[in-house]
Amino acid sequence: MKIYVNRAETELGAEATIADLVAGQQLPDRGIAIAVDNKVVPRAAWENTPLHEGANVTIIRAVCGG
Amino acid sequence: MDKLIIGGREFTSRLFVGTGKFSSNERMASAIEATGTEMVTVAMKRIDLENREDDMLRHIRRDNIQLLPNTSGVRNADEAVLAAQLAREAFGTNFIKLEIHPDPRYLLPDPAETLAATERLAKMGFVVLPYIQADPVLCKRLEDAGTAAVMPLGAPIGTNKGLLTRDFLRIIIEQSNVPVVVDAGIGAPSHAAEAMELGADAVLVNTAIAVAGDPVAMAGAFRKAVEAGREAYLAGLGAVSASAQAEASSPLTSFLD
Repeated sequence: MKIYVNRAETELGAEATIADLVAGQQLPDRGIAIAVDNKVVPRAAWENTPLHEGANVTIIRAVCGG
Repeated sequence: MDKLIIGGREFTSRLFVGTGKFSSNERMASAIEATGTEMVTVAMKRIDLENREDDMLRHIRRDNIQLLPNTSGVRNADEAVLAAQLAREAFGTNFIKLEIHPDPRYLLPDPAETLAATERLAKMGFVVLPYIQADPVLCKRLEDAGTAAVMPLGAPIGTNKGLLTRDFLRIIIEQSNVPVVVDAGIGAPSHAAEAMELGADAVLVNTAIAVAGDPVAMAGAFRKAVEAGREAYLAGLGAVSASAQAEASSPLTSFLD
């Protein structure tokens, strides 16, 4: 299926979960947060949250700022 | 120094520090250490999957440091609430520096959206520290909305102009029942000392340290200025005379007669 990760088009397997996306992109498991369609998904739920066609995934991390 | 309490956490240092504009993460870490701060801001950004960067958090995470994620980049209350929820999930803290400044030219905070977001975030259990114009009426409205502190600006962000809002900061400090943190515009240790002498509970400094010729030395200078300003406030400053005439501090008896 096709989803959008931080606005970039990304191809994923049909049954993929958030945990699959995190593992596939080799994202760190600390210091990031993920929202799907503007709803934050807690880390504990990544494993059991399937993504859907066209999902709008936001992944953030810390950067320097005042 | 006497302790400051925000969101149930005790702070010995009254100097909060931002992490923007340093020339390297290593320099930033050294400067932060030299400030003696216990509250450090971070911003958030969407991860660029094509271009992985160094994780700046490892340079600032310490047991005695409270992370203060900011919502910089949001344009309204809805986006601010989502940003705060992302920050809580990413950094494991319910502290949030609420900043909603949709206009990139002056970066002045939107009071209506800030008040609305504070109300919602406080109800959700966040410790909200909103960046605001030095508006005493807004400060009272934020208090009613459940804010943990107020962060009025001294001057626009990054300008180093000092306390242009001095007279309004005085009113805010006089009326506030929550800690007052002067944020933005503090460009020199003397500005920070002045804010503390006025009775501010803390100051937040970023640019003035980050862009100094020697950020670590400047960090130490700010640390001393904030301590001196607080001590002076607690000691009770003498009244400023309304008269142009001098008032002798030595006896005027003519001892040579």
